[in-house]
Amino acid sequence: MTRATVKSHTRHGLRLHPLPLRIMHWTNAVAMIIMIGSGWKIYNDEVLFGWLHFPDWITIGGEAQGALQWHFLGMWILAINGIAYLIYGLVSGRFRRMLLPIRLRELIATVRDALRLHLAHDDLTRYNAVQRTLYVGIILVGILQVISGLVVWKPMQFSELTTLFYDFQGARLVHFLGMAAIVLFLLVHVALALLVPKTLVAMVTGGPELDAPPRAVPPAPAPSPDIA
Amino acid sequence: MTRPISSKSLFRPAAAIDQSILAEHKTLLAQIDRRSLLRGTISLGALSLLTGCNVTDRSAVQSVLTAVSSWNDLVQAFLFRPNHLVPTYSEAQVVKPPRFNAYYEIEQVKPVDAGSWKLELAGLIQDKRAWTAPQMSALPEQELIIRHICVEGWDYIGQWSGVNLRLFLERVGADLTAKYVAFKCADDYTGSIDMATALHPQTILATKYAREPITDPFGFPLRLRTATKLGFKNPKWITSIEVTNRYPGGYWEDRGFNWFSGI
Repeated sequence: MTRATVKSHTRHGLRLHPLPLRIMHWTNAVAMIIMIGSGWKIYNDEVLFGWLHFPDWITIGGEAQGALQWHFLGMWILAINGIAYLIYGLVSGRFRRMLLPIRLRELIATVRDALRLHLAHDDLTRYNAVQRTLYVGIILVGILQVISGLVVWKPMQFSELTTLFYDFQGARLVHFLGMAAIVLFLLVHVALALLVPKTLVAMVTGGPELDAPPRAVPPAPAPSPDIA
Repeated sequence: MTRPISSKSLFRPAAAIDQSILAEHKTLLAQIDRRSLLRGTISLGALSLLTGCNVTDRSAVQSVLTAVSSWNDLVQAFLFRPNHLVPTYSEAQVVKPPRFNAYYEIEQVKPVDAGSWKLELAGLIQDKRAWTAPQMSALPEQELIIRHICVEGWDYIGQWSGVNLRLFLERVGADLTAKYVAFKCADDYTGSIDMATALHPQTILATKYAREPITDPFGFPLRLRTATKLGFKNPKWITSIEVTNRYPGGYWEDRGFNWFSGI
């Protein structure tokens, strides 16, 4: 079946990062900081790795009970905002437009360019293969954190889900590794945003206007000849 | 698995409990009245404080955190599956002895004398006659090999037996429509659970561990073992049980830990 693409009518004022997306991005940033900072404090009470304790000054919540209160507040912000983001990304077509497709050859070429410091970033509206991979990956890690977090919170009520992680400690470990992946992502994400400040500005102001974004139209149920 | 008992833990403070701290924070503790918080701050509008308030305004932030914790109690009660049986394990997986947890060190445990020990009953219970240790042992026994999960993150598999709490509450004519079952303990620890958890098939008043009477550090002669709550929700050395509709709180709950704490 042919995938019909039409040049959409110029949507004036539609920016690279529309307002709802920017709100969700910064809400998520706050939620992530709350979850990571309070999670580190909770982790300290029963460490998974003897060599790793997080210094108190980078944790959130003061004492264990405070950290738990912050974590169980942050989870609502993170989950509600995350669900809104997923719905928005799927319904608006943003995920398909910005994050797909990911081609292996392109990915390898981009990594090579990046290592030679030849990465092009003139066009903010188009993500390269590395960006696409990282953004899709971090969305999946976020989903994994919500699921493993649910199991750490309720290993008995969700005992069917717990078996996916072997047991309670398995879910704790996955939840920790998910955090580590998010922290690594954040280091790269923030470093690159600071290196190319216009990306940071774009996430505040909305970025460049999209004059005529190619818009994939879902195949019509009964294709009529005049669609071409 | 067992950590050295000298290690630092919130659940085992190094020194004896300093009561002056309690007196110092009397007003704060008075504010931690769940009911008034529910009434005053449960609305989602309270969340807006988070964006509107100065983060240095500790009391405003704290009231949001406490309100969300109360909200999470309601969510957990909703998520609770009254007849869902949690996984049980084989005898070979049982850790002996169990792992110690209390608000003080294991050396400070004061053994309870079974001869003079009595279980008092209070509140919405028809037959409030106290129970002796031999009377308790004469009750039908249920065995549970279940996972104990501490709020700190550690866990172990334990083998507990004793009378089913629902059976016991029915026997003494407790009002099973009441909201809370509250416990007082020989070491002045207090705790409370929701009625749904009290009536869960895997909630027992344990008298034995690994088929032997529970040893002193683990709650002799009577402790609660519920399969669906964090460790600190299982009071040891129980001396009284009260059935009530008035929110009873508890030792750790009054210090900011989530009340429902279901797992």
